[in-house]
Amino acid sequence: MESVKDLILRMADDALIIGHRNSEWTGIGPMLEEDISFSSMAQDKIGHAQALYNILHEQFNMEVPDFIAFRRNASDFKSCQFVELPIGDYAFTLVRHYLFDHAESFRYNYLSNSTFLPLKSLATKFKGEIKYHTLHADIWMKSLTLNGNEESKLRIQSAVDELLPYAMGMFELGNYESDLIDNGIFVGELALQNKWHSFITESLNSFNIKVPVIKEGEIKLGGRRGYHLTELENLINEMTEVIRTDYTTEW
Amino acid sequence: MYGGGYIFSEPSDKDQKDHIDDPVKLQEFEARIDAGEKIEPHDWMPFEYRKQLIRLIEQHAHSEVIGALPEGTWITRAPGFKRKLVLIAKVQDEMGHAQLLYSAAETLGKSREAMINDLLSGKSKYSNVFNYPAKTWADVTVIGFLIDAAAIVNQVANAKGSYGPYCRALERICYEESFHLKQGHDAFIALAVGTKAQKDMLQDALNRWWRPIIHFFGPSDKASVHGEKLMRWKVKMASNDDMRNQFLDMYVPKILELGITIPDPNLKKNESTGRWEFSDPDWNEFKRVINGDGPCNAERLAVRKFAEESNRWVRNALLKQTMKQTIPYA
Repeated sequence: MESVKDLILRMADDALIIGHRNSEWTGIGPMLEEDISFSSMAQDKIGHAQALYNILHEQFNMEVPDFIAFRRNASDFKSCQFVELPIGDYAFTLVRHYLFDHAESFRYNYLSNSTFLPLKSLATKFKGEIKYHTLHADIWMKSLTLNGNEESKLRIQSAVDELLPYAMGMFELGNYESDLIDNGIFVGELALQNKWHSFITESLNSFNIKVPVIKEGEIKLGGRRGYHLTELENLINEMTEVIRTDYTTEW
Repeated sequence: MYGGGYIFSEPSDKDQKDHIDDPVKLQEFEARIDAGEKIEPHDWMPFEYRKQLIRLIEQHAHSEVIGALPEGTWITRAPGFKRKLVLIAKVQDEMGHAQLLYSAAETLGKSREAMINDLLSGKSKYSNVFNYPAKTWADVTVIGFLIDAAAIVNQVANAKGSYGPYCRALERICYEESFHLKQGHDAFIALAVGTKAQKDMLQDALNRWWRPIIHFFGPSDKASVHGEKLMRWKVKMASNDDMRNQFLDMYVPKILELGITIPDPNLKKNESTGRWEFSDPDWNEFKRVINGDGPCNAERLAVRKFAEESNRWVRNALLKQTMKQTIPYA
């Protein structure tokens, strides 16, 4: 079941790292309500990571979630580079949140029919939470484009232009795609990417935002194979600053 | 969190000195307060009541916003899933408290924007404790346990005050704070019963935080200028000394039972008076810090200014010419 392990690790690492990034907005958001929203989504994402690592622990004999999350080197992570990028300005964070959570929404929708039951039941639960994440992203995207001003539209467009090559890296193929598809575990990254791409194209167009054409070679790949941005290493150093002083004790 | 000691403006303020309230209305107002009624946003109220309430609630709201910063920087560094998830939720609650409190203060006629501008300009204050740094993880546990505990003493008292919107906000805040106290106590205990390094880290944090904690409730009432009228109007609900004494009664034993020492050789309860006695906590330091010269005042305001300025474009994009400021009914 290497295929399932690999899939879960990728999803869990994405959730942990985007959760970490979202949590960086606590205290410095554009308004209190946004601090609260991003803190709330950060809790959900980090909670998703913990629950997914827990499947790895229970079903695949891996270490406990704290061990998996806080005791690996950057090169052992399977997250995509898209989630590793620093938070940037609010437009950058919002566009990443929008692009990421619509992919999450489709991903967990598919997985709620997975033949791998532990994942199926988690996916069903996560779907209900991610619904609010996409709702939040959509409201803000609309507010800063159709209902925004020239500056906000420009900022959103430029964040889309910058982020799309990274976002496509979410769908980097794993080593076990056919195994996952053939066994009814997951529909596969390619199908997910197609579904997501047609959705965001229509949605961004409805916000009067242009969707740049990304050529094959421009997609930021490598994260799933352990090639990460240096920012991930910095993030992990920060995340483990306290716990690595003593892994053997309770905190 | 956080409330903190009462820090009212001095009665010598120019605009206030010249204002004379209608004596008949004042009498009716005071009778309502004596009868235990709540004052609501559109009721008549004395000029000074409104002004001091705005000041009090605004300071409380700012304390929540600034208070999120020292703990907030530890979210990304919290050791393990449990502490991380709890800390995000806790700091999120504090931001939610700020939102509730700004709304309560807005019912008195000052907009959130104006309050935040006054925070950034240094005109309005916030709880002094947040001008001290949270240097280690142990500081987070001391804040979560003892500063939140102190804030609860203060807020439970204020929740029985006379202004309806503030009381209702505080009731909800107190429920959430009681969970914060539990998580703080739990994290504090984990260090107190942990390795030698963890205990040392906790002791060091408590040593640094003890004086700010004693400062938290504000100067002794003997030094307070005009508490009496505000007590009668149920704006100020308990004396600074009484609240500090109540806090020491409740929490000194909880600290000592964990084998942690309190860095004040003179701290003891005088059994005949029922009052705690302690060394002079240097009220000049308190004044210095509250007037802007503490270890982190500049840093805290700089972060807030950065948040306000770098995100101004977001708020500008949402502004519509047709929108009007309305005062919420709380």
